[in-house]
Amino acid sequence: MKRFAALFDELDATTATNAKVAALRRYLAEVDDADAAWAVYFLAGGKPRQLIRTAQLRAQAIAASGLPEWLFEASYQAVGDLAETIALVLPLPQQAEGMQSRLSEWMEERLLPLRGQGDEAVAMALGAWWRELDAAGRFLLVKLVGGGFRVGVSKLLVQRAIAAHAGLDAKLVAARMMGFTDSKRSPTPAMYRALVAPAEAAGDAQGGRDPSQPYPFFLASPLGAETGDDLVPLEIASRGTAQTMEARLGPASDWLAEWKFDGIRGQIVKRAGQVWVWSRGEELMSDRFPELQALAQRWPDGTVLDGEILVWDDGDPATPRLPGSERSGGPAPFALLQQRIGRKTLGPKVLAEAPVSFMAYDLLEAGHDDLRQVPQHERRLRLEALAATLNATPGPRLWLSPLVPAEDWATLARWRAQARPLDVEGLMLKHRESAYGTGRQKRGDGQGLLAWWKWKIDPLTIDGVLIYAQAGHGRRASVYTDYTFAVWNRTPVSAAEAQAVVEAIAQRRPADPNGLQLVAFTKAYSGLTDEEFKAVDAVIRQNTLEKFGPVRSVRPTMVFELAFEGIARSSRHKSGVALRFPRMQRIRDDKPLHEANTLQDLEQLLADKAP
Amino acid sequence: MPGRSVRPLSRGDARSAAGGVLDLIVQRPEGLYCPPGDFYIDPWRRVERAVITHAHADHARTGHGHYLATAVSEGLLRARLGADIHLQGLAYGETVEHHGVRLSLHPAGHVLGSAQVRVEHQGRVWVASGDYRTTPAGAVPDRTCAPFEPVRCDVFITESTFGLPIYRWRSDAELFGEINRWWQDNAETGRASVLSCYSLGKAQRILAGVDASIGPIVCHGAVEPLNRAYRAAGIPLPDTLQVSDVSDPATFRRALVLCPGSALGTPWIKRFGDFSDAFASGWMQVRGWRRRGGLDRGFVLSDHADWPGLLGAIGASGAERVIVTHGSVPVLVRYLQEQGLQAESFDTEYGDETETSA
Repeated sequence: MKRFAALFDELDATTATNAKVAALRRYLAEVDDADAAWAVYFLAGGKPRQLIRTAQLRAQAIAASGLPEWLFEASYQAVGDLAETIALVLPLPQQAEGMQSRLSEWMEERLLPLRGQGDEAVAMALGAWWRELDAAGRFLLVKLVGGGFRVGVSKLLVQRAIAAHAGLDAKLVAARMMGFTDSKRSPTPAMYRALVAPAEAAGDAQGGRDPSQPYPFFLASPLGAETGDDLVPLEIASRGTAQTMEARLGPASDWLAEWKFDGIRGQIVKRAGQVWVWSRGEELMSDRFPELQALAQRWPDGTVLDGEILVWDDGDPATPRLPGSERSGGPAPFALLQQRIGRKTLGPKVLAEAPVSFMAYDLLEAGHDDLRQVPQHERRLRLEALAATLNATPGPRLWLSPLVPAEDWATLARWRAQARPLDVEGLMLKHRESAYGTGRQKRGDGQGLLAWWKWKIDPLTIDGVLIYAQAGHGRRASVYTDYTFAVWNRTPVSAAEAQAVVEAIAQRRPADPNGLQLVAFTKAYSGLTDEEFKAVDAVIRQNTLEKFGPVRSVRPTMVFELAFEGIARSSRHKSGVALRFPRMQRIRDDKPLHEANTLQDLEQLLADKAP
Repeated sequence: MPGRSVRPLSRGDARSAAGGVLDLIVQRPEGLYCPPGDFYIDPWRRVERAVITHAHADHARTGHGHYLATAVSEGLLRARLGADIHLQGLAYGETVEHHGVRLSLHPAGHVLGSAQVRVEHQGRVWVASGDYRTTPAGAVPDRTCAPFEPVRCDVFITESTFGLPIYRWRSDAELFGEINRWWQDNAETGRASVLSCYSLGKAQRILAGVDASIGPIVCHGAVEPLNRAYRAAGIPLPDTLQVSDVSDPATFRRALVLCPGSALGTPWIKRFGDFSDAFASGWMQVRGWRRRGGLDRGFVLSDHADWPGLLGAIGASGAERVIVTHGSVPVLVRYLQEQGLQAESFDTEYGDETETSA
């Protein structure tokens, strides 16, 4: 633990990438394969499945600290990180002999065996361990239990360090590392050795890899991203004409267009007679989706498909099919898939209510051959051929992501405009000649055009008034970054009427149930720059009305434009609506308070969505 | 909700809730006020008579008619507020009487000349402590200012800047060991060590604490006049250079550079080339604060009391009534109430909850 704590300190104490790589290399050179495996696992973002419930961790820490619960909570609010709070408030250790045990010993001999133990055994163990660790060790112990090491080290940086350490190409390390951080498997010395093995040792077609291993995902970049990419600027992506799109991207016939689904990106690997389902986050999800197991069992060995995992609503046959699709019905809301993933046991009822299916869009491996350098349109043809063969025999059908029929940009733009009522997020554009790359294509590497692009529909927007604020976590601890927004319950008659409501709020007068009111409708905590957050934080502090624990009520003065991907009715929210992925698009300093949007505007967005 | 029990006394109300006895110190729009003595303590608006606890800008403001402060802080106060202010200097422990109020100043351990204000009237004793830092048992006292001395009183007015149990300072030996290592490592790789900190007090404590044999020490123009004031007050500090004293830029490559935070990101800092930057403040105890600054290092160095220090000072005062000012007010009030003390708060304009210099 001592050596790992030293590494953590080194990584935490510098913002220079090279210094971080150097620190990682020194660590890898010094420790054995077991410790290296665990360090790589955690620093690359691995999180073991929960070993100790957070509530128990917290309760145990409160007991050990001797603080009243409210004071522990107040401390946590100031620190913004549970592990750090615990490390800071526990009584100072006498000696720290636990620091001598190695990282792998802590994990394998102490922490992992804790899983499934009763509360009392966990409490005993935790209490004893905290006594034998120093502050750094206590902090790391809690992080080891729950993961979440944020030390400015990305998976990419870890791969760079391993590559430099082992004298390998970083891309090869990236490919070998696929699935390394899966929460259901503990990293082993053998897994680490496979990462750092010499390149030429890769004898067989799998490159010496584990048969379960997926390929690094090829990621799409957004068209009209607000920052950076000028391949297709926002105004053209958003309201572009056929001419402007063609000028930027060439003829529409160079592109394969598909619907952009709102599911989980996944790879299904069929090798050695077995099936593995991987999420884009490199989590092994095979046991979550028995439907996909059954589906892929029918595939020939050595097949890897990329596609979207969705709950599909077959609907009644009258439901219009997604344009281009042979399949009736359409994708069910993402929330259903989310609920389904959360289910621990998959009884027949769950399987019937939220059946999961796979919408395949790429063929990465066939007959054990890596097809990633084959052009996009050829891979598509081979995928269609595979589906035709499989679907000719009875059994679960392999659905392909339909190609959106269009011969020009004007037609595509019209389809894109249809996306919201069709329950999709927009279009995917894949160049016919594109290979299946690794990660996100960088701009300016000459590959810009030969890539995948997501041409999402513009988000919905609404102007809301900031009424509550709460401090953030981690880097944003003690900065007010999490906000609650309100809209008017009706259009204010005048600026003066709106101002009167503000004054009433400032004087803590209860809202007039029949009069003008501000109604909370969403929270948001992203989308602003650090500078903007700093400025808003200052305004919040100056305009605080009341403090409720970590939350402040704020005199309503600031209007924000909020963007979100979808809106649905919700009985759980006072406003009656729930937004999907709300974030702050900009601060509307130019907008007077009485011109913020209203509940009726939200209702209108709901109505517009209905087909 | 901790805030509920924290009702500031209504402004100017000199009558204690307990029973008819006049309070010796109350809050007024101008600042903390002593009604029988007719003077203010660290007022934030212009007044006729001001007792100043220490020379930091939020406590020592310009424009008062008469100033009373420790004699040790006279140089600092005149440098900051003007040479011609009407200032009476007192030795620590020296007593003056004004309208029947006995007033004396006692070391607060915060910066050079910092004081707690003791007022006594008709047998009752109140202490307003300004900003203070206690010396933990067994620790070597800070040699840049007189260490905090507990003063027995009936009512103790305490700051609460670091009023949460997460704030526990390590010993100066550990802390300066860490700063020395950072400086040494940088010096060995030929990089300047730029340490930003508050110019008054913190900078001098660092100067007195580091191992000056590691390399030259360069101070920003905002820091150097305060070094002179400290030396003039008899506090020995290692030799320091200003940028204009340095003809060979190679000197910077082994140097420790002390500057205020405002100097970071200015052209002034560019002359140090590839340097490592750090910040010294009690807030650096929290990783989120450290990371947000985007600097290489954050050293937990404060001139305020930590949580055990606050509780220790409150306990040592023997006061049964405690009035909490600037900082973590609701938390400390509630905690003290749960310990059975009569605790309340004053709204002051000291400090700033967004400032990170403490």
